[in-house]
Amino acid sequence: MSEHVVPVRSYVAVFVVLLIMTGTTTAVSFLDLGPWNTVVALAIAFFKATLVVLIFMHVKYSPRLTTTVIVGGLFWLAILIALTLGDFATRTSLPRLKGLHRSAQAEAPAGSARPA
Amino acid sequence: MADVQPLSHGSAEGLQHQFDSMEQQKEAASLGMWVFLVTEILFFGGLFLAYTVYRWQNALAFARVSRHMDIALGTTNTAVLICSSLTMAMAVHSAAVGRRKLLIGFLVLTMILGGAFLGIKAVEYTDHIEHHLFPGAGFHYPDPRDARPAEQFFSLYFAMTGLHALHMVIGLGLLTTLLVMARRGRFTPEYHTPVEICGLYWHFVDIVWIFLFPLLYLIGRHLK
Repeated sequence: MSEHVVPVRSYVAVFVVLLIMTGTTTAVSFLDLGPWNTVVALAIAFFKATLVVLIFMHVKYSPRLTTTVIVGGLFWLAILIALTLGDFATRTSLPRLKGLHRSAQAEAPAGSARPA
Repeated sequence: MADVQPLSHGSAEGLQHQFDSMEQQKEAASLGMWVFLVTEILFFGGLFLAYTVYRWQNALAFARVSRHMDIALGTTNTAVLICSSLTMAMAVHSAAVGRRKLLIGFLVLTMILGGAFLGIKAVEYTDHIEHHLFPGAGFHYPDPRDARPAEQFFSLYFAMTGLHALHMVIGLGLLTTLLVMARRGRFTPEYHTPVEICGLYWHFVDIVWIFLFPLLYLIGRHLK
């Protein structure tokens, strides 16, 4: 932040909105919205975080490079979660080979058992 | 604004030689703190990832277990941190307009609120530990069907809020340093960069809690 001094009323306005959104997110959590509970909770959290970043942390008045760095970090986090969940969501168990158990007990594997 | 202030007492209040202007110097400091905060996103991100995977694998159980959190204390703590972000922003503002006494006052207020947050967390931790909800040998969850996801949940709870609390303590240390510097009159409207970048750190720790709160406290409230 260079010469720009953010006016106090901007800080107070953001503060009030943050408190209201906190109350809202707690109240809404008691309603049964099914899968949307999580979506609403995260949306409110992102909204609050955006206000803090833009006004309290002065990013609105900061050079573009700052925004780029922040977006880069969030993008990284999105990749981390998306690809990891993609890994878990597509896991299947390996098929159990019928002859495998028997050949493990008898030390000389019969011709019918396939190696692992 | 290319004021070059004479260096005194060996302090770094003047323009360092590698910068063209005080503004550029301040922007560099701010960017440096932001790059550090992105590494903090990496740091907390790993734990958020673990939470995402384990909750995805046991969604309903996590929601049931989350009901053991004290929603009143959690909401209060969220409000406490939001207040502390306001007082921190006001501290930066006070430094920018040269109001030294206000700066000191707001720094002290921020520290008091940060301490209040940690106090409430200590109450919560004590309560959980007394109910045998700290993961490990002494862990005992009332409903045996949810025992394993419950231990996962509480492992994540203590790891994530514990790491967050550690960052709060570090923040209090930073604020103490700022307080000492402010009392010695080291900050002016032209130079108050340490106040600004410690403010960035403090707000970031607040943002981490803004996400921790709904994910840990609010996921099972709609269940009957």
